[in-house]
Amino acid sequence: MIAIEGLTKFYDGLAAVDDVSLTAETGAITVIVGASGSGKSTLLRMVNRLVEPSAGRVLIDGADAAGLPVHELRRGIGYAIQNHGLFPHRTVAENIATVPALLGWPRGRIAARVDELLNLFQLEPATFAGRYPRELSGGQQQRVGVARALAAEPKLLLMDEPFGALDPLIRAKAQDDLKAIQRQLSTTILLVTHDMEEAIRLGDRIAVMDAGKLLQDAPPAEILVHPATAYVAELIGAGERPFRLLSLATAAEAVEPGAADGAAVAAEASLRDALAELLWSHRAAAPVADRDGRPLGRVTLAGLVARAGTPR
Amino acid sequence: MSGSRRGGDSAPAVGSPGMSMTQAVAATTGIARRGLDKLGVVVAALFALGAASPFAVFRANRIAAGEAKSFFEALPPAAAALFAVAAFLAGAVALTRTTARARLASAIAFAAALAALIGAAPMHLIAPGDRLARVAPAAGFWLLAFADLILFADSVVRLKLGPLARVLALALGAAALALTLWSGVWNGLSILKEYANRSDVFWREAGAHLVLAVGSLAAAMAVGLPLGVLIARKRRLRAPALGALNAIQTIPSIALFGMLIGPLGWISSHVPAAAALGVHGVGAAPAFVALFLYSLLPMAANTVVGLDQVSAEVVDAADGMGLTARQRLFAIELPLALPVILTGVRIVLVQNIGLATIAALIGGGGFGVFVFIGLGQTAPDLILLGAVPTVLLAFAAAVLLDAWVELATGARS
Repeated sequence: MIAIEGLTKFYDGLAAVDDVSLTAETGAITVIVGASGSGKSTLLRMVNRLVEPSAGRVLIDGADAAGLPVHELRRGIGYAIQNHGLFPHRTVAENIATVPALLGWPRGRIAARVDELLNLFQLEPATFAGRYPRELSGGQQQRVGVARALAAEPKLLLMDEPFGALDPLIRAKAQDDLKAIQRQLSTTILLVTHDMEEAIRLGDRIAVMDAGKLLQDAPPAEILVHPATAYVAELIGAGERPFRLLSLATAAEAVEPGAADGAAVAAEASLRDALAELLWSHRAAAPVADRDGRPLGRVTLAGLVARAGTPR
Repeated sequence: MSGSRRGGDSAPAVGSPGMSMTQAVAATTGIARRGLDKLGVVVAALFALGAASPFAVFRANRIAAGEAKSFFEALPPAAAALFAVAAFLAGAVALTRTTARARLASAIAFAAALAALIGAAPMHLIAPGDRLARVAPAAGFWLLAFADLILFADSVVRLKLGPLARVLALALGAAALALTLWSGVWNGLSILKEYANRSDVFWREAGAHLVLAVGSLAAAMAVGLPLGVLIARKRRLRAPALGALNAIQTIPSIALFGMLIGPLGWISSHVPAAAALGVHGVGAAPAFVALFLYSLLPMAANTVVGLDQVSAEVVDAADGMGLTARQRLFAIELPLALPVILTGVRIVLVQNIGLATIAALIGGGGFGVFVFIGLGQTAPDLILLGAVPTVLLAFAAAVLLDAWVELATGARS
């Protein structure tokens, strides 16, 4: 668990981050959302002390981050950034091996870990290990950047706009992959983004920042339904709100008894996708099937619409 | 001159000397990819001009006024005919659209012919038993050599030789030159007669020249690199430090020697250890210090530029992963800055090899010794004995370091 307590950073007398307290649960993804200049990156960089706080402290599993030599602290925390910051003069394998090598892992263990991570990120080791970053596509560079951040099996991973340099199609896939890998490794992730869509897609919890202050810190559904301030509501976007709310739940959660005609909706599909399917095929209801094709019931247009607004 | 008519036949247009220089520079730097025809015209024109100009200079003795001899005067008839055919063929190959390999073969073949023929000129011009007369290459020879060099460089650029292949080509060229010198083909030429008179001094001064040029480079690296790292880190130091180094560059070398006589003389008379090391107000010490001071700006400035162009994300990632400042500098920043730093080393080395000739003015030794004695005696052959090795050395240094820069760049960025 990461406990941020009263973190403050002054630059020339102005507070870039103003008395922010926040808790990131172990094994969850906590997303910090805000516009540029909101202080979100500064907040993140105070966790691994790339920025030293003016006041407040960070507790990582109860231990004060200020109590360790700074490079030891950072070697225990994964760090992935926009544009990846891969070392251009080092191969993919050497890039991924950076922190394990700093920690003095034996060579065999490093090689095994590099192979394991390349496989995890769907990069064939025989093909990619020896390549240089400039020989990779943007999406591949991004995956190597995250693999490098995870190399020394950190309990905590900090990510600063990690998908910012990707085009939208690749970005959605990269977000899904990250979420799957995070569930598999149960890494604690603190992720900074300006994109509310990304925050809702990834976050178990969302913290909204503006002008150095924390405006709201809540699960995505609560942020959508009860935005704390007008600014938070504006970030969510009134037009997008119902659909974002639907995107948080799966068809399995909205199943009603009964049958329906036509193609089945997958149980793990989001309600947003289920609604789109109903609208597109002019149906009032569609059957829901599990992974093996067994019918579970149906979702109805009326049922989905009822879930798409504020709870009555 | 009939030579001019003959040359004119093979060259439809004659480029102005200024134009040919521009083209030559463009060819050697590989900028001129298109307009190869134009370059061929210029090269062919240079061949024609070279063939029409005096091929060799005859002097009754080493300081007498020279008598220009065209190629058919300077060579026996059979050799003159060979020369005319070789120049015509090389010009024709340059002018027409031929493959890079054919142009390269033509350039090498013509270089061999030119080397053999200039060696034949003294035997033809100097009466047997005349030990005072001298024969030296004249403007025509140098123009032809220059034209052939353009043809050679252009074909090398077009073959897109890799850095290692270029170093190999340099080694082959050096071996060919050494073989020619060893074979004695050129022993009749005046420059080698000057060499024969002072071969032991020549090698001593060659050593002194290298020690001055390479030693001052090493000292400038030892100081300039850390200085560059420091002013890359401390932005406030940057303008004053680079400004001061820039100011040193503007001091003429003679003036700098003069300014160094006082302090070095004082050190020499007050610090016995320094005097024992050979530090005096005149001699090698002020020359070494002057070259060192001139070298500091390129070394420090290129280190700053090299470190500056390392991307901010790379630095941020290195910090965020827990590299210490020292690890970041040596494992990430300096390797990424290396191509730019090596470019600075190249500038300094080539510049120092040339500048080291000035050291002879204050008794610092080096190839400049021959240049200045030659100037004093109005003996052009002796000047060449100092100048030609200097140019060859600078050229070799440039090729070697260019190859190194390219190797360093290829593995990175």
